[in-house]
Amino acid sequence: MRVIKGIVGGLALAAALSWGAVAAQARDDVVLGLSIEPSGLDPTVAAPVAIGQVTWQNLFEGLVRIDRDGRIVPQLARSWTISPDGRTYTFALQTGVRFHDGEPFDSASARFSLDRARGAASTNPQKQFFGVIDAVETPDAATLVVRLREPAGNLLYWLGWPASVMVAPASAAADRVTPVGTGPFRFASWTKGDRVVLERNPSYWDAARVPPLSRLTFRFIGDPQAQVAALQSGGVDAFPELSAPELFGPFKADPRFAAVVGSTDLKVVAGMNDARKPFDDPRVRRALMMAVDRATLIEGAQSGLGQPIGSHYAPNDPGYIDLTGVLPFDPARAKALLAEAGHADGLSFTIKVPQMPYAAHTAEVLQAMFADIGVTMTIVPTEFPAKWVAEVFKDHDFDMTVVAHAEPLDIGIYARPDYYFGYRNPAFDRTIAEAERTTDAGARLALYGTAQRMLAEDVPALYLYVLPKLGVWNAKLEGLWVNEPIPSNDLTQVRWRE
Amino acid sequence: MTAGRPPGPRLVAGLAITAVLAAVALVALAWTPEPPTRMAILFKLRPPLAHGLLGTDAFGRDVLSMLMAGARNSLGVALAAVALGGSAGTLLGVGVAARRGLVDGLVMRGCDVAFAFPPIVSAMMLGALLGPGRATATLAIALFMVPVFARVSRGAALQVWSRDYVLAARGAGRGALAISLDHVLPNIAGQLVVQATIQLGLAVLTEAGLSFLGLGAPPPEPSWGRMLADAQTYMVRAPWLAVAPGATIALAVLGFNLLGDGLRDRLDPRRSPGR
Repeated sequence: MRVIKGIVGGLALAAALSWGAVAAQARDDVVLGLSIEPSGLDPTVAAPVAIGQVTWQNLFEGLVRIDRDGRIVPQLARSWTISPDGRTYTFALQTGVRFHDGEPFDSASARFSLDRARGAASTNPQKQFFGVIDAVETPDAATLVVRLREPAGNLLYWLGWPASVMVAPASAAADRVTPVGTGPFRFASWTKGDRVVLERNPSYWDAARVPPLSRLTFRFIGDPQAQVAALQSGGVDAFPELSAPELFGPFKADPRFAAVVGSTDLKVVAGMNDARKPFDDPRVRRALMMAVDRATLIEGAQSGLGQPIGSHYAPNDPGYIDLTGVLPFDPARAKALLAEAGHADGLSFTIKVPQMPYAAHTAEVLQAMFADIGVTMTIVPTEFPAKWVAEVFKDHDFDMTVVAHAEPLDIGIYARPDYYFGYRNPAFDRTIAEAERTTDAGARLALYGTAQRMLAEDVPALYLYVLPKLGVWNAKLEGLWVNEPIPSNDLTQVRWRE
Repeated sequence: MTAGRPPGPRLVAGLAITAVLAAVALVALAWTPEPPTRMAILFKLRPPLAHGLLGTDAFGRDVLSMLMAGARNSLGVALAAVALGGSAGTLLGVGVAARRGLVDGLVMRGCDVAFAFPPIVSAMMLGALLGPGRATATLAIALFMVPVFARVSRGAALQVWSRDYVLAARGAGRGALAISLDHVLPNIAGQLVVQATIQLGLAVLTEAGLSFLGLGAPPPEPSWGRMLADAQTYMVRAPWLAVAPGATIALAVLGFNLLGDGLRDRLDPRRSPGR
């Protein structure tokens, strides 16, 4: 009797176990953790990269897209031709594409999207990308002609960005809260402060790229301890960017997880208000730069995970030059420079620091390094994105701040007249304008090299380091991007391994 | 209350702990083993005794020095808050006890409302208004202390007001202010001291909570609460970073509570001697 009981029990247990295994295999959803909640869900109207990290490729698509290796590949534009003078782009659009609400995608909606992004009322974070467009024409429903004022070597690349996605005329105004795109996932729900849920779009146009998953959940967890707890408990399947490097180590040893260090374009820079005293004096900025020992900073703030930079350019971008030696760590010279600028008795100012751990830690180390050259920096906490965007980005009410600039190849921001650094340098503006006009890749990168040097000498912001992408996810999950050529979480090809 | 009774063990222990902490805080004004804000990133996360008595934190700062400087900050805020809130609350309590009537009712209902707000919540509101910092933390804790002291002092003062000698003084034509100063305050002072001591422990705890949340003194000023907050992500690699400030906070609260209890046994007339 006992034996039979044991056998029956064993069978039941085995059945339960195998059923459990089957259930695990059958999962077709993923829960992804992000440390910052987006302020809206329309990447074409606001700057925070968290918006694109939820919606780009999953919900919204562009004429072209950037793939995991950083290449430009066709998407809603099937193909294109560029006129010999580089000023007319003719796109052949996909046919039979519909937005999630049933509205068809055609050249009229593409024209609407581009006109909306470049229009006078546009709040597109990359509006200057579209400034070069002179006219958009629609000869027929499947053809889009974009005429430029002058050649723009980066146009196709720019069109691949989250800020350039295609939106529908009827629904665009409401995309902030109920986004409607053409992507393989459509909007399901947004619980503020907790999660955004996207579900599979049953009538997705691209039969070759139908996603394996049926449901994506983005959970917003800012506290690094809670991020780790969520991963350990299985509440979150993946954290593409863990925010505490000191907690990354244990995951590498844990077979349940894949812990991958990838490259990003997240340039951590301490921007100064160059329009304000004393930062209008380049000698003060240079002195502060020379007070910073980047290697020690990375060790202290990032557990050694990070790559020093000397200009506003990420090492994995084409045309990068190492300029960390232009203003090397030299406290004695920094002090002398400060004295020369009339601040021999020291200097005091505030730094507005967002809540992200990398920013808080970096500010604390900078504070100590500045103290060594007689500079008193007071840390003022602020909240990213809402408060920071309002105070620093829009109102320019700050002395110094520290934040990671996520966009790749964004050195051109220093040429924007109203950008928060308040940096004015006509020679730099000309170099950037010329680089953007140049279609020859080699010549363009040489111009970007010149621009990098100018920034490294002038330091409108302190160039510190590039953050690594510390990805941690369930070892059974595959298809997540290791590197981050553009800030995003393209989950369209993610699947659970059997 | 028996005057010649030897001090109880609670009073002795409480006095010893608080005296040591106060001494450490005073010493930290002039001297700490290392400058508490100096980073030595090469020597980061060294365990206790390997580098300094209590090891180093993630930036290579000496944990013992930070604890000492933190004692100065934490006890300073707690003392200032209790002094501020205690005197305001006592004034209010003694005042309404002398006046009675409508004002008394209003003030006491106001205290009930103020009690409903936890100090952390009022500190967060104040922080949003004034910006976080040491003054904000002090003010928030003081605001929380006001109703506590108002209630205690009003209750005690009412008892004094019903005494025969007060009736006699009133009969002799003395005014409410003079009676409050000459008779009420001296007679309730013992209870107030006991209350202040116990509230000091609570103030230390609240200050730690506020700086844990980033509402206390901004960096680089070390504070026990922020040390605890910073230690969170290093719990596995460097447990001493959490244990040191955690144990210190616990010790401080214990010390003030023991001292308060011990003082109550000796000073509070409501307690029977042999309790």
